[in-house]
Amino acid sequence: MGKRDLSPTPRRLFRKKNACLPPLTLVQGWWLFATALAALLPLIQHLPLWLSTAAVTGMAWRAWLSWRNGRLPPRWLLFLLVVAACVAVAYSYRGFFGRNPGIALLVIFLALKLLELRSVRDGITVVLLACFLLMAGFLFNQGIAAALYALAALVVAVAALIALQAGPPVRVHERLGQSASLLGQALPFMLVLFLLFPRVQGPLWGLPQDAYTAASGLSDTMAPGSISQVAQSDAIAFRVQFKGAAPPPHQQYWRVLTLTDYDGQVWRHHPTREHDALPYAPAGPSVDYEITLEPHNLRGLPVLEKAGLLPPESSFSADRLVLAATPVRSRMRYAMRSYPDYTPPPEENARILAAALSIPPEVNPRTRAQARQWRAQSSSDADILRAAAEFFQSQLLAYTLNPPLMEKDAVDAFLFEHKRGFCEHFASAFAFALRAAGVPARIIGGYQGGEINPVDGYFTVRQYDAHVWVEAWIDGWGWVRVDPTADSTPRRIEGGLRTAIGGGEAPLLARQDYAWLREFRYRMDAVTNAWNQAVLGFNPQRQREVLGRLGMSEPDWRKMSAWLAGLCGALILALVLNAMRERKKHDATRHAWQIFLRKLARQGIDAQPWMGPDTLARRAAAQLPQHAAAIRAITAAYVALRYGDELPPELRRRQTAALRDMIRRFRP
Amino acid sequence: MSTISDLSSHHATIRAVLAAAGQIILGKDAQLKLALACLLARGHLLIEDLPGVGKTTLAHVLARLLGLEFQRIQFTSDMLPADIIGVSVFERTSGSFQFHPGPIFSQLILADEINRATPKAQSALLEAMEERQVTSEGITRPLPEPFFVIATQNPAHQIGTFALPESQLDRFLMRIELGYPDREAERALLAGADRRTLLAALPPMLQADELKQLQETAAAIHVSPALIEYVQAIAEYTRHGGPFVNGLSPRATLGLLAAARAWALLEGRPHVLPEDVQAVLPGVVAHRLQVGGAAGQVLGDAFAKAGGNAIGRHLIEAVPLP
Repeated sequence: MGKRDLSPTPRRLFRKKNACLPPLTLVQGWWLFATALAALLPLIQHLPLWLSTAAVTGMAWRAWLSWRNGRLPPRWLLFLLVVAACVAVAYSYRGFFGRNPGIALLVIFLALKLLELRSVRDGITVVLLACFLLMAGFLFNQGIAAALYALAALVVAVAALIALQAGPPVRVHERLGQSASLLGQALPFMLVLFLLFPRVQGPLWGLPQDAYTAASGLSDTMAPGSISQVAQSDAIAFRVQFKGAAPPPHQQYWRVLTLTDYDGQVWRHHPTREHDALPYAPAGPSVDYEITLEPHNLRGLPVLEKAGLLPPESSFSADRLVLAATPVRSRMRYAMRSYPDYTPPPEENARILAAALSIPPEVNPRTRAQARQWRAQSSSDADILRAAAEFFQSQLLAYTLNPPLMEKDAVDAFLFEHKRGFCEHFASAFAFALRAAGVPARIIGGYQGGEINPVDGYFTVRQYDAHVWVEAWIDGWGWVRVDPTADSTPRRIEGGLRTAIGGGEAPLLARQDYAWLREFRYRMDAVTNAWNQAVLGFNPQRQREVLGRLGMSEPDWRKMSAWLAGLCGALILALVLNAMRERKKHDATRHAWQIFLRKLARQGIDAQPWMGPDTLARRAAAQLPQHAAAIRAITAAYVALRYGDELPPELRRRQTAALRDMIRRFRP
Repeated sequence: MSTISDLSSHHATIRAVLAAAGQIILGKDAQLKLALACLLARGHLLIEDLPGVGKTTLAHVLARLLGLEFQRIQFTSDMLPADIIGVSVFERTSGSFQFHPGPIFSQLILADEINRATPKAQSALLEAMEERQVTSEGITRPLPEPFFVIATQNPAHQIGTFALPESQLDRFLMRIELGYPDREAERALLAGADRRTLLAALPPMLQADELKQLQETAAAIHVSPALIEYVQAIAEYTRHGGPFVNGLSPRATLGLLAAARAWALLEGRPHVLPEDVQAVLPGVVAHRLQVGGAAGQVLGDAFAKAGGNAIGRHLIEAVPLP
């Protein structure tokens, strides 16, 4: 039998260093590379260039080493690399705390772990690190594509784990199939956990501050060009579901923030102490709707005029904006009711009116002169408003996304020289002119318009719908909305941005042509929206609703946990029962034999899974000569039951019992 | 079960045959046993080894001991199918064509150096092996019973050979290698009498229909569902899990089971154990499986270095008992 020991051993990927750790094979190594690469890929765009270059170089070096069967770098070198990389991260992020440096450190660990990849245990560490990085990807992006990618990468990671557990080598697609079927079995658990795991308000963990710098959209200052920048973006600002028909376009003014302070260049939000909101009495039917707001890092929640309802944890500001308690940093949903027709309050707080009149001295002299003229010719503020509107129309101002640069005396330059501007120029000039004429005026920033997605019926407002307009205080009328842009370019309001600006200037999706592209975008939006509503927007409130609909009364976290435990237990039980049912017919016999094998194993007789009973008995008898007879008898009984002729059931039962008895009495 | 007593008498007979053969073929008990199992399973045997290690002697011994009619066909590159099957010759006396049967009409054929002949001649033999009948000039003639072919083949890398294609290798139930005798066996061989003389003195140990009985007994050995599962697991592994280009065919698994039954008979067992399957596995599968694929690149070199039994060995250790 000596010749039989020539059994082939697979070529090893790495030199064997520590005999007690199983070394990795070449195939296992490639699986680990694939896993690490899949985890790194989506993060690369968020990493600094030096880091992604270093990580990829490290991996390439490692791949080359295993390709050439070279020696791994020594430990001291790896140690130096770790220290150097940590210093570089600390330098480039100014510290270790926060999302980005944390992920950078993980990426470095993963790349360096690959460089000391020797044993199966190292391989498992690599897979776990990769899984962690996949999770970290959700800190950047939680969209459908990201989730699908993470799922696919997870299939690769699990396949790598399976490949690490020895077993016969199989083809790549079969390994992936094994992995997918394992993950498929985890699916019911995932659903149960998703539905029942008690939710907390907001994200499960607080995101560090640096996660929000990239949020695009409105900001609480308005400098020339700030809105036209936003208008280049076709990202979604929020989605609305109206209960009933959408209001007409001239009522689709979504208020988000007010800008009252003007320094000649920039309009700023006035940091007022909160005053009591003015009492607006509804004077007509209400519009009811529900908004799903993308995070915009502002406190103001978009609402139509005039908001008559407060979402939880929010308040009215003095200018009737709806403010959330903190800037909105995760997608939120709130129900809202607005009254387009209302009775205005008789008077406004004097300090607010004073703030709405302040202008810096000596800027825009021509506009001031014009305003003084209106004041002289008019008997009331309402007349001045009318005069101003007429003046704006008479100036034949043009609406454009690419206005010329106007630095000094910007309002004069706009009104009297260039006569071309975007809505911020219109609003800024109009508010300035009114203030110069002694009419309290302020700028309202928000969105105007939006469009219905024909696929799912949601009303979608995009960043290019961002808009600013003016509110003026007229005694007896209250704050009146005036949109100078609409007065000069009515098409902007009735038809949206894309009709106001023809051809190549508008963002791609705002154009009239490319019907198929818009159709495709509608569908994509509908899918994304469904995902946002059903998966990402599954907050405690929604969870209570869904569970209530499923028949759980007053769900609280205790009840959910109990259900969670119960359902998971039931699932595991079902899986176990299924597995038991699939176990072979001669269960009792095999079970008894397993006990026998365990008893032998305790004596140091190692039964390989491929060994037949006869081979085993001979080995055992040779090693335990004093028990040879018992071993032979047990083996004979087992063989007769398992491999012998078919026995009548009664006889089989008796013989099985006898076998079990023999094995019980077998005490080596 | 009356077969138990039959079994022990059969077993005794077989032991005697093996013992007698072992007197002449020294130190090759395992190969002798495999060859006999192959014959009892009604399969054909391919012996692959270098010239001069005793392939021909093995065939001779088996023929003598089992009392079979023996014919030897030396394959050469200029051989024609008619040289194997026979020809029809016009007889002037009777005025008709008369069939002169070729050497294949015999119970045990030794097809020596089969890979020296052209594929055409090879296929004539191989067709006869599969069909157990010969068709010549439109007339089908059955071959004698039992019909057993031992083919020998030089390793393919020798000069002037036509390697047997895989489809034809599949017709052989087993392929074995003899290998050099070990030291002790060779000393006995060198010191002992001439093998030919010993061979001539060898008495047949079986009656004419006794071999047939043995074959029938072997075919009736009990195979439990658990064992069939094991054979299926092996086939499954070669088809999907293992480092092989193609898996085992159903013909191969049938052959494996038949060979395992014959082996159980040689061991005197009324049923087949996994050990019986494992004993015949290297011989039955080695010539049917080709290492390949991604995993095979890793294992292929190792198999090549470890010799013909390595594939069987790998299979045994890779497939756990169900």
